[in-house]
Amino acid sequence: MKVLVAVKRVIDYNVKIRVKADNTGVETANVKMSMNPFDEIAVEEALRMKEKGLATEVIAFSAGPAQCQETIRTALAMGADRGILVQTDAELQPLAVAKLLKAVVDKEQPGLVIVGKQAIDDDSNQTGQMLAALLGWSQGTFANKLHVADGSAEVKREVDGGLENIKIKLPAVITTDLRLNEPRYASLPNIMKAKKKPIEVLAPDALSVDVAPRLKTLKVEEPPKRKAGIKVKTVAELVDKLRNEAGVI
Amino acid sequence: MAILVVAAHDGKTVRANVANAVAAATQMGSDVHVLVAGSNAGEAAKSAAALQGVAKVLQAEDAAYANWLAEDIAPLVVKLAPNYSHVVMAADSVGKNIAPRVAALLDVAQISEAIQVVSPDTFVRPIYAGNAMATVQSGDKVKVVTIRPTNFKAGAGGGSAAIEQIGGAAASGLSSFVGAELSKSERPELTSAKIVVSGGRGLASGENFKMLETLADKLGAGLGASRAAVDAGYVPNDYQVGQTGKVVAPDLYIAIGISGAIQHLAGMKDSKTIVAINKDEEAPIFQVADYGIVGDLFQIVPELTAAVEKK
Ligand SMILES: Cc1cc2nc3c(=O)[nH]c(=O)nc-3n(C[C@H](O)[C@H](O)[C@H](O)COP(=O)(O)OP(=O)(O)OC[C@H]3O[C@@H](n4cnc5c(N)ncnc54)[C@H](O)[C@@H]3O)c2cc1C
Ligand SMILES: Cc1cc2nc3c(=O)[nH]c(=O)nc-3n(C[C@H](O)[C@H](O)[C@H](O)COP(=O)(O)OP(=O)(O)OC[C@H]3O[C@@H](n4cnc5c(N)ncnc54)[C@H](O)[C@@H]3O)c2cc1C
Repeated sequence: MKVLVAVKRVIDYNVKIRVKADNTGVETANVKMSMNPFDEIAVEEALRMKEKGLATEVIAFSAGPAQCQETIRTALAMGADRGILVQTDAELQPLAVAKLLKAVVDKEQPGLVIVGKQAIDDDSNQTGQMLAALLGWSQGTFANKLHVADGSAEVKREVDGGLENIKIKLPAVITTDLRLNEPRYASLPNIMKAKKKPIEVLAPDALSVDVAPRLKTLKVEEPPKRKAGIKVKTVAELVDKLRNEAGVI
Repeated sequence: MAILVVAAHDGKTVRANVANAVAAATQMGSDVHVLVAGSNAGEAAKSAAALQGVAKVLQAEDAAYANWLAEDIAPLVVKLAPNYSHVVMAADSVGKNIAPRVAALLDVAQISEAIQVVSPDTFVRPIYAGNAMATVQSGDKVKVVTIRPTNFKAGAGGGSAAIEQIGGAAASGLSSFVGAELSKSERPELTSAKIVVSGGRGLASGENFKMLETLADKLGAGLGASRAAVDAGYVPNDYQVGQTGKVVAPDLYIAIGISGAIQHLAGMKDSKTIVAINKDEEAPIFQVADYGIVGDLFQIVPELTAAVEKK
């Protein structure tokens, strides 16, 4: 079966972001961009399935501006076979991304789609669940372990109280959690090879998907700043402050 | 139109954060209903009926609802949704799993982790690990919203709403529950604890976390951790505090051997008082700490444990 993975281009997790002065969003010009870390985990999981003979082909999908090609190239350098970019400069919200993914799924007929549980920019944690809903498929969210065999998958999920095991019918959508695997780095030869792998570029219109945002962003602001307090020298001083100044113990 | 809060529960009581979700819902409108779906959920429905601000509880009984599988719960919520202006869930692992599925089936956007209700269609939500706050407005007919429990103060109990039995829907057959491996603990639950003691990579081993357990027990505190401590296997995944773990806002948060990466701060910087214990005086955690103490945690933690009175 084919496995489709979503790879989103986001501001690198190490960057300290800045809110734009006009409060319309976050400064993205001249900022280091990377693949969403949860999507690296998604790519890795798909590649391991291929290496185990469980997947025949790994396709990397991204939606967004032309530069998302770089993100797809990263997935190809890790080992994905080919890429699909739905190119648009429009703001894409999770429902729109899920609809684009669905259109690509209809075309490609993968047996499994793996996406990140959350993109570290917009922190929505929605796209995978929405895609599963639109397809009428099962969903294995926040996956800590994935075991695929004969038309079904066992998924160990990270939940509030610990871990939970479910068995889901394939085809399915999986969303990755941090402990699913440790993604590999692309080797130099593989980076070279990736340059020759194909990336298909599509427009949202060609997939007959309306990507118009449903949520209007009225403003984006800085959060209130917490100011640094004091350093205490001794444990006795700390306990005194907690008891008599903060009143928390 | 009324607001529907979808409650997670354990069969006996609804989760504590349902009271927070109800509190948020009352800011969106006045007529708040709570859906309690489950198998033998009678007691849980009663606990929902006792929450302040609840006008009606809908109890849906079906074997398929026993384990909160999104594939089975979402269609039930979707069936009820046309009678409501909002569907509200707490942004915990249940809400995050189910709410987007509901939203997509309704063809509406979801507002994730709202921290403020500006008006019935406008919400504030954190983005970029809480380093920016977006105010978003929804034009959808039904607004599907998950709320961050720590930002909405739960009302007192004492309510006595009517409980109405509603029918279930057929099981989807798409997924089944196999079992759970839950962390057992007598300590207060992390997200509702008044005090949280949290450890990071600085603890250097799972064995050393015992030291924090002793401190936590003396303080009556919940126990948390950084991602690094979870990844290293010192503690289970449900201890993780942060952007991609749990969000806590206790009266007192004690960060021990945690550097203070933005992803960690995202989960605890709304705590009332923050204490940091770290040997590196440049560690970013000190920039948010009310009280910092620079030094070796292996010396400081036992001293602190001895100094605080048992609660
Ligand atoms: C004020 C503001 C302005 C914005 N402006 C723009 C803009 O102009 N252009 C723009 O593109 N975005 C813009 N965004 C970001 C955009 O709204 C979000 O990225 C989008 O809503 C998706 O949310 P998410 O990635 O957090 O979804 P999540 O549900 O958290 O994503 C989960 C997973 O879905 C997959 N996924 C999500 N999106 C994509 C994608 N595009 N390609 C491939 N896989 C994906 C990934 O696997 C990801 O790990 C803006 C956001 C804000 C707040
Ligand atoms: C996609 C993504 C999501 C993430 N989500 C989260 C999240 O939700 N939560 C989270 O916490 N992190 C998250 N992270 C990880 C985050 O970036 C940091 O790597 C992590 O928080 C570091 O954990 P730490 O502070 O325990 O370890 P380190 O950064 O290694 O810090 C250890 C600290 O211990 C101190 N120390 C060492 N020994 C001693 C001693 N004997 N006495 C006193 N102090 C000592 C050191 O000075 C140091 O400051 C995420 C990262 C990514 C990429």
